[in-house]
Amino acid sequence: MTTFHLYSFAAMLLAALGVYGLITRRHLLRKVMALNIIAGGAFLLLISTAYRNQGAFPDPVPHAMVLTGIVVAISATGFALALIQRIQKQLGQRPDQEAGDENPDQTETSRSGP
Amino acid sequence: MTHMLWVVLLPFLGALCCLILRGRAVAGTGILFSLAVLAVCTNLLPGIWTQGQIRVELGGWAAPLGIGLHLDGLGTFFLLLTAIVGVLVGLYAAGFFAQDKKHNAMGRHFWPIWLLLWGGLNGVYLCSDVFNAYVLLEVTGLSAVGLTVLSKTTASLVAGLRYLLAAMFASLMYLLGVGLLYAACGQLDFVLLGQDMTQSPATLTAFGLMVFGLLVKTALLPFHFWLPPAHSSAPAPVSAILSALVVKASFFLLLRIWFTVFPALTGQAGSSPVLPPGLFLGLLGGLAVLWGSLQAVRQIRLKLLIAYSTVGQLGYLFLIFALLSVSHGAGGGPSGATDWTAMAWTGTVFHVFSHGLAKAALFLAAGCLALAMGTDDLNAMRNIAGRMPVITFTLAMAGVSLMGLPPSAGFVAKWMLLRAALASGQWWWAVVIILGGLLTAAYVFKILAYTFVPSQDETVPLRPVPPAMTLTALALALLCAVSGFRAEEVIALLPHGLDGSPLSAQGGSP
Repeated sequence: MTTFHLYSFAAMLLAALGVYGLITRRHLLRKVMALNIIAGGAFLLLISTAYRNQGAFPDPVPHAMVLTGIVVAISATGFALALIQRIQKQLGQRPDQEAGDENPDQTETSRSGP
Repeated sequence: MTHMLWVVLLPFLGALCCLILRGRAVAGTGILFSLAVLAVCTNLLPGIWTQGQIRVELGGWAAPLGIGLHLDGLGTFFLLLTAIVGVLVGLYAAGFFAQDKKHNAMGRHFWPIWLLLWGGLNGVYLCSDVFNAYVLLEVTGLSAVGLTVLSKTTASLVAGLRYLLAAMFASLMYLLGVGLLYAACGQLDFVLLGQDMTQSPATLTAFGLMVFGLLVKTALLPFHFWLPPAHSSAPAPVSAILSALVVKASFFLLLRIWFTVFPALTGQAGSSPVLPPGLFLGLLGGLAVLWGSLQAVRQIRLKLLIAYSTVGQLGYLFLIFALLSVSHGAGGGPSGATDWTAMAWTGTVFHVFSHGLAKAALFLAAGCLALAMGTDDLNAMRNIAGRMPVITFTLAMAGVSLMGLPPSAGFVAKWMLLRAALASGQWWWAVVIILGGLLTAAYVFKILAYTFVPSQDETVPLRPVPPAMTLTALALALLCAVSGFRAEEVIALLPHGLDGSPLSAQGGSP
């Protein structure tokens, strides 16, 4: 059981926790947070691979990958938040009808938490 | 061969230009850049024909550190499909977004996002390592969601958000797989990974995670929930792009992962796992064919029907995994195995091509109908065949290709898949293919039947549709039929182009 194994199991645990949250939580904000937790797990895994060989220097490639991954995750999260805000605003203006019968569960979840 | 760089660079440059410009210039610039991309892609064709595959190291840095562009016959087909559909949809969009003020505003955002998406798609077909594939998949995913919510209706926003959550989840699963793979192998390049792939818990988990992520993105049966609402609530040109092109990018990557990176795990190299994973994918694909088509038959909104048809037609693509896995898992296999391996490959690639063209034509025609009638409800289509003959003809032509009737490209695709299924002794897939064809015929005839319903009141006015829109839809449908007539040339290009990847690996094994 090396340090690398410890980190990678922790990463997998974090990702699994995120997946659980994504499936069980109905509130849209919580879903976005769950996705970010999965992302955290993925980044932890990548970062820990940098030092897997216990050499003198950590491998720089995973660092570059995590940096890119963070940029992607942030922009996706920002986009999702903007969409959620927009949906909430439009549903607030026209409370029932249209979106209501198109997608009852989404309507509910975007207004109130579980 | 540095002009391969422009295949990716041009769309991104175009996106920037369209972002800066205002007014009528946006659509003009967009179309100019589309034509330029098509020209560059066609220009690559002779190189692929003579060399089989082309590789460019960006900035002169070699594989482990640098980023390479890698193009083979398979990638060329996807590039060309994207370019052809892209140019025609662009011409259609110029008419579509010019109809009124509201659409003008949408058009200003359409062009930059669409060119960004196009750049991402081209990048996926050219990328040579698993991590860049992830980044480019995210570029396509985010811009595809951006296009979905273009109309800003609540329905499209909700559909777009669901699409975004599914896509984000899928790419994170893929990224986790990439992390594990890098930890196990210390490589990212497709070919290098494939060369020293071994079976270990880490690589098996990585394989499962990456394939799972890509299946969600390609909307295979249990993961298709996001597709119909997203594809049907977007504006017509966007629906065409999403259904014809975007889902194909993740499928392309799946082919790469399956046959280039993990041949040791998917039964390609002779070792047969207990339950061949390919059989599992084929099973899901077969179910998708039947279930998606059944759902399509039940719809009464035209765009939703076409979206469900996409779920069904995508199922055919996954039969290749089952067809090829059994043959190789069994060891020696029947004589002439390479013959039907080539058939399965040709059928699948042809299906990608014909479905892309036919589905784009269908969505564009549906957009014309929606513009003329103000709704896409099938019940509102009264005597459309008499009043809009060109659009009805387009629907019929595209439908013929989807069904797989002889003169069309769809026929070649399904015929090849059928022959591969029979020649490899897996007749049960042939049953699925034929049943799927019958169900497809059912929903195509359902659309056509509604267009011929005689109308009691001829006075319901139809809004005029710009000829640019009807003609581009017609052009796509005709192209689909013509490439069926010219099937031999396309097939001749295929095995040749596949030299670098799966087929030669196949030829190498006993």
